[in-house]
Amino acid sequence: MSRETARVAVVGAGPAGLAAARAAAAAGAGVLLIDSEPAPGGQYLRRDALADAAGTARRDRATALPAGTEHLPDTSVWAVEPAPGGGRRLHLRTGPADAPGRRGRTVDAAALVLATGAHDRALPFPGWDLPGVFTAGAAQALAKEQRIAVGRRVLLSGTGPFLLPVARSLIGAGARVAAVLEAGEPVTGWLRDPAGLAAGTGKLGELAGHLALLARHRVPYRPRTAVVAAHGDGAVRAATTVRLDPDWNPVPGTERTVEADAVCVGFGFTPRTELAVAAGCAMAGGFAEVGAAQATSVPGVFAAGELTGIGGADLAAAEGEVAGAAAARLLGFAARPPLRALRRVRRGRRFAAALAAAHPVRPGWQGWLRDDTLVCRCEEVGRAELVEAARARQAVGTRSLKLATRVGLGPCQGRICARNAAELVGDPALADGFARRPIAAPIRLGELAEDPRTAAP
Amino acid sequence: MGEVLKIRVDGEEVAAEPGQTVAGVLLGMGRRSWRTTRGEGRPRGVFCGIGVCFDCLVVVNGVPDVRACRRRVADGDDVRAQHGAELPS
Repeated sequence: MSRETARVAVVGAGPAGLAAARAAAAAGAGVLLIDSEPAPGGQYLRRDALADAAGTARRDRATALPAGTEHLPDTSVWAVEPAPGGGRRLHLRTGPADAPGRRGRTVDAAALVLATGAHDRALPFPGWDLPGVFTAGAAQALAKEQRIAVGRRVLLSGTGPFLLPVARSLIGAGARVAAVLEAGEPVTGWLRDPAGLAAGTGKLGELAGHLALLARHRVPYRPRTAVVAAHGDGAVRAATTVRLDPDWNPVPGTERTVEADAVCVGFGFTPRTELAVAAGCAMAGGFAEVGAAQATSVPGVFAAGELTGIGGADLAAAEGEVAGAAAARLLGFAARPPLRALRRVRRGRRFAAALAAAHPVRPGWQGWLRDDTLVCRCEEVGRAELVEAARARQAVGTRSLKLATRVGLGPCQGRICARNAAELVGDPALADGFARRPIAAPIRLGELAEDPRTAAP
Repeated sequence: MGEVLKIRVDGEEVAAEPGQTVAGVLLGMGRRSWRTTRGEGRPRGVFCGIGVCFDCLVVVNGVPDVRACRRRVADGDDVRAQHGAELPS
C-alpha cells in the first residue's frame, strides 16, 4: 500500500468537498483535495470582488483548508479506474486550463469523496446561441470574480430562487437588470409559509433580502413569464418575452419585445456526474445514489453535494461532513458520528424536495423552439433534424441517438444538451447515458500519449 | 494597483491583471464573440462561464481549443480568435 492510499482523496473544493476535507482531517486522516479552480470555494464560495470586508472574511473562513490537507488547485481528474491494490486510481493533470504540458500524476485512494457539483441547465429557444445569451451561473461568476457585468441592460429568465442572487450580483457589477422572469410560480410562495419546509434553514431571510434589493432598484419580478426568443445580428440586441400557462406554453397575444444586450438563463441545475459514472456508482434519476453515510454503491467511494441531488450549499456542506467522516472511518480513524450534520442533511433534503416540487421544468418549453432552433450547440443540430433523425433511424438508447443525430458528440459531450435532446425525442431517461464519458475532463492528445510511467510522480 | 500583465489580443496589446480569465479580459474590452463554429461559422463567446459548454474556445499562444472562461492570463500571452476547427500552429 503506497503512502497515497492511506489518505482520503476529495474531488471538488466547493462547500461539500471543503466540509469533507475538514471532517476527514479532524478525524486524523491525511487529505488530498483536488480542484479544477485556482482557489478553493467552488461556484458558491467563489472569490467575490463585490463583497464587503465582512463578506470577504466570512468567505475566507469558509474556504480555509484544514491542517494536513494537500490542496491541488488547477487540477483536472480526467479518468478514474480501479486501483490494482484496491480502491480507486485517479489520473490528474495540473496546470493552466487546456494548456499543453500540464503535469501528470496518478493517485491511488482507498477512500474517495466525489463532490463535483453541478452546472446550470439552460433551455433552448430561437437565438439562444447568439453571443450575449449566458447561463445565470456565467453571469454570477463573471460579476463576482471578474467584476464584469455581462451586459448593460440584462434580462434574467428561468426558474427557482437562484435567479435572485444572480440579479443582485449583476446590479453589484453595474448592470441594469431589466426584469427577472420566473417561468413558474413566484418564489414569494416560500415567504407566505414561514412554518413550511424552508423554516429554520435561513432561506427566508435570504430571499426576503434579495427581493427587497430588487424592489429598491425597481427591477420587475414577473412570474409565469419567460424569454422565448433572442434577437440580434451577431449579438443580442432584444428579446421576446411571453406569459406562460401552467405547462409553460406561451399564452398567445402576450408577446413583448424588450431591449436588452444580455439574456441570462437558469432552469435549475445538472449534476456533474462523469466521475461517479466512470467509478461505477449506481445512479438514480440522474444523481449518484447514496446511503446514510453518503456511501455510493462502490465500496470506498462517497458522494456529497449537488452530485447526489440539487439542494444548495448548506445541504452540500452537511453531506460533505458526513462523507468525510465516513471516509476517515473506512481508513481506520476513529471519527465521531457527525450527528448534527446528519440532522442538517435530513432537514436539507426535505427542503430540497420541496424546492424541486415548487420549481419543476414544465414540458411547454418544447414549443418555444422553431424547426431550425439549435438543440446541440456544438454540432449545430436543430430541433427538426434531431427529432426526424431519431424517428427515421429508430434510435433506441443513448449511443444510437448520438450516432443518428450527432447530438452530444461535440466538445461539451452533451453536458448542455443531453437532457433537452432526450426530452425532445420523448425519452428523458436517455439523458443518463450521456454521462458515460471515459475521458472525464478534456486532455490534449499529446498528454494522453505520454507514458504514465514517465510522468512526474 | 497590483501587478499589471501585458498580453496581445488579435495583435493588439492589452493590459490585464493577475487572476483575470481570458474571457474576463475579452469581455472587458467589449468583445462579445471570438470564435466561429465549425459548421455554419456562427459567432460564439461565453455561454456557461464555468468550463462546461466549450463555446468560448480561443487560441492561446498558438494552441487552439482553450476555454477562455477557465484560462487565467499570463504575462506575454498571445490570444487570437478561433475560426472553425483550427490546428495548433
